[in-house]
Amino acid sequence: MSLDFLLEIGTEEIPHWMIPGASAQLAKMDLLGVTPSVDATPRRLVVRAQGLPDRTPDSEQVVKGPPITAGDKAAEGFAKKQGADASALRKAGNYYELVKKVSGRAAIDILAESLHAAILGIQWPKTMYWTDRSGPRFIRPIRWLVALLGDQVIPIEIGGVRSGNVTRGHRILGASSIPVTIATYESELRKNFVILAAHERRHKIEKECADLGAKLDGDLVETLTYITEFPTAIRGDFDPAYLALPAEVLTTVMRHHQKYFSVENPPGMLEPNFVAVMNTAGDPEGLVKHGNERVLKARFNDARFFWNVDQARKLADRVDDLAKVTFQAKLGSYKEKTDRVVALVKELGGDANAQRAALLCKCDLTTEMVKEFTDLQGVVGGLYATAQGEPEAVSRAIYEHYEPLSMDDSIPSTREGQILALADKLDTLRGCFAVGLIPSGSKDPFALRRAAQGVVKILVEAKLDYQLSQLAQGELVEFMMDRVKYYFREVRGFKYDEVNAVLAAGCWTLADVEARLTALAEVRPTENFEPLAASFKRIRNILKQSGYTGGERILEEDFEQDAEKELYRELERVVKVATDSREYRTTLAATASTRPSVDRFFDKVMVMDESPIVRARRLELLYRINMHFSTIADFSEIVTSGAAQDAGASK
Amino acid sequence: MDTFQDTVLKLKHYWAERGAILQEPYDVEVGAGTMCPETFLRVLGPKPYRVAYVQPSRRPADGRYGENPNRLYKHQQLQVILKPTPDDVIDQYLGSLKAIGIDLSKHDIKFEEDNWESPTLGAWGIGWQVMLDGLEITQFTYFQQCGGIDLDLAPAELTYGLERLCAFLQNVESVFDIEWAPGVKYSEVRMADEIQFSVYNFETANVERLWRLLAEHEAECKELLAGYEKYPEKHRYPVLAAYDQVLKCSHLFNLLDARGAISVTERVGVIKRVRDLAVGTAKIWAAQQSEGAAA
Repeated sequence: MSLDFLLEIGTEEIPHWMIPGASAQLAKMDLLGVTPSVDATPRRLVVRAQGLPDRTPDSEQVVKGPPITAGDKAAEGFAKKQGADASALRKAGNYYELVKKVSGRAAIDILAESLHAAILGIQWPKTMYWTDRSGPRFIRPIRWLVALLGDQVIPIEIGGVRSGNVTRGHRILGASSIPVTIATYESELRKNFVILAAHERRHKIEKECADLGAKLDGDLVETLTYITEFPTAIRGDFDPAYLALPAEVLTTVMRHHQKYFSVENPPGMLEPNFVAVMNTAGDPEGLVKHGNERVLKARFNDARFFWNVDQARKLADRVDDLAKVTFQAKLGSYKEKTDRVVALVKELGGDANAQRAALLCKCDLTTEMVKEFTDLQGVVGGLYATAQGEPEAVSRAIYEHYEPLSMDDSIPSTREGQILALADKLDTLRGCFAVGLIPSGSKDPFALRRAAQGVVKILVEAKLDYQLSQLAQGELVEFMMDRVKYYFREVRGFKYDEVNAVLAAGCWTLADVEARLTALAEVRPTENFEPLAASFKRIRNILKQSGYTGGERILEEDFEQDAEKELYRELERVVKVATDSREYRTTLAATASTRPSVDRFFDKVMVMDESPIVRARRLELLYRINMHFSTIADFSEIVTSGAAQDAGASK
Repeated sequence: MDTFQDTVLKLKHYWAERGAILQEPYDVEVGAGTMCPETFLRVLGPKPYRVAYVQPSRRPADGRYGENPNRLYKHQQLQVILKPTPDDVIDQYLGSLKAIGIDLSKHDIKFEEDNWESPTLGAWGIGWQVMLDGLEITQFTYFQQCGGIDLDLAPAELTYGLERLCAFLQNVESVFDIEWAPGVKYSEVRMADEIQFSVYNFETANVERLWRLLAEHEAECKELLAGYEKYPEKHRYPVLAAYDQVLKCSHLFNLLDARGAISVTERVGVIKRVRDLAVGTAKIWAAQQSEGAAA
């Protein structure tokens, strides 16, 4: 017989951003070999599965007994201990053994034992206890449990809560005690204003918000999907007079502080409206609309007040105030940071505007606006700089200097901004590494990985000419290289061995790394490339095993066999192409085209000849090939499919 | 429509019916109801306790001379501690909103993650900000640690921001327009406070003397903390007096901060000084409590 399974972990509101991660863990739960499906709302994590066996199959277990020579007494004793009759023993070699029948176990018993650990084993970013210090730990208190196998309750208990067949509906609109079966579970929830499936809530949010003219925003939709059990969108209004405030400020207040969508007209200008998503079915009296409008008005009022107050002192007059703003306890104030960044911008060749932007870029931290709306740091500085008559190049650089905030974010759009953003991030990295604040594992409180990732992205995408070795020293170099690899692999999609090959050949400017990678990725699929890479590993091994370190003088006429002469000419040709074209793709293509000659060489020529001079010349030939062919990428890092097994130095 | 004081009375009554002791505000300056001994010390140890009180909370840097409709130097918190936390704590909390006239079926209520942490008190908890129609009306915290000590029970702390809540209930846009008692506005009761203390906190407080006071209170606290070990009759030892000194130090720190007198380099150090006092007091208080239990 096969049975269906339902587990509902009823909790107090789980933080929205943790729910998908917990769901993914639950989806890996092993339910007697059956893979479950998982649904979740802020108040419940739900695991369902179909077709579980009602019990595990019977099996046999062989238990080894005493040696036959030990006699009947020992055999009887053994049988008795195993709960069997001595007549059931059989002989196996010099020993007795007993074949025991092991009955399968009822699925419900197995689950009753395993669910407890499966539930409390979910990994959360931060857990709590709610009964007492020795009580269970979970993300939020567990308040009820539904655990059913077929029509039977699987008995489990966590922190004094016993499983049953009773769920709860929406906090306000639903019943607080709802008996369910596996078949009625989802529909009972729906009747009680809980939409169980996240995709359904998401769809409802998207549709209703779009109908109300909202400018949809994927992150916000996701957040709202997981802070509601029954989402319903409403539209509210605000006084158009507030549209005089910068759109960035209005949008931040709406999206980040109030979780509202903004409303835009076709050219993309803000309209004096917002769309909010409630966790309830409707707002017949308009009370929710009114309440949200009231809150938004107060927020906008604050913003307007801050704007006006802040204009009383220009950014330029606030530089010294930065001495009172902590950057990092061990690294002093933002004034000190500003001085360093100004110097670094200068060192990196930033012009007068870039230096001016560096001087002013952190001043907005002393403004009321940024104290209130911290995510607007930089943006506010840029807006204020414009309002205070700073040159456009300065304002824009300040505005964009925190970019890129993520790998999807763009880099600053001007050279001034790029240099400033680079200097700001580098200063943070250098400073933190200097005082030992180095990220380890998942701990990265100063977001240094993001800063380093930003540096890499700017260096590559702005094609800046600085070498990494110029910008970073010590442990920071290695940390940056990890980010370089991550960027080219994960963000740009290059294969990991290509990235390794190019970096193994050397890392000067990142724009150059990018150019070599692009060329390599283009040439790689051509027919000669991978076989050549395989031969290259062989060249490496031969050189390594021979201990040859170069220096033999060779000319074409020094070689006797055609295959040798041919390879020598090919080498000369590739070197010439590289010198003439200075173009990686052409050089790589030329290199790849030497493959037949390389193959022929290995086919016809024995490198380790008995004559020392012949051997040295052949080794020199391979040595030069290795040297000249490794300037763009180290081919031995390329993972080749079905790579020819290397036979070593002698063929 | 309920006045400010009606709402306070209803909330107090509601929690009294659920077994809470009604305390009066603590008489030393605090930045939040959490800092009162009724919370900070009572949450330690295994002894059950339920208490509710209004605590005027002083935050010198938040003053705006009474000019900002939503910002106050001193605001009123209604603080509820439920130790241990009842299983139906959220239902009880929602019941308190009904008790002050909010028909939840006509409003939108959400619990949004907001974990509370106070480095100066060595305290943190897990919880939410409770949002009513987009307005944060309550901070809900399950305390996990206080004074650096893991708590035996995990008490629930509910902190209602009374001005916000009442401005919502009375549908006024400025807290100063809240009707405190029939015919008496919030501004009539509190405006002078806001103006004068903003002037004092930002302009006239004598910085040099505040530093001296901080050092004096710190010295007093340290001396008290040091004396416990050798004192014979533990239950008589004035640990509570030491805690008052912690609160004094904390408030002086806030004043100096508002006055712009604490440099970046000093700041971390001063926070640590206050934290050491708070953690030291919590330790001794916990020890004293278990002495009492043993006796």
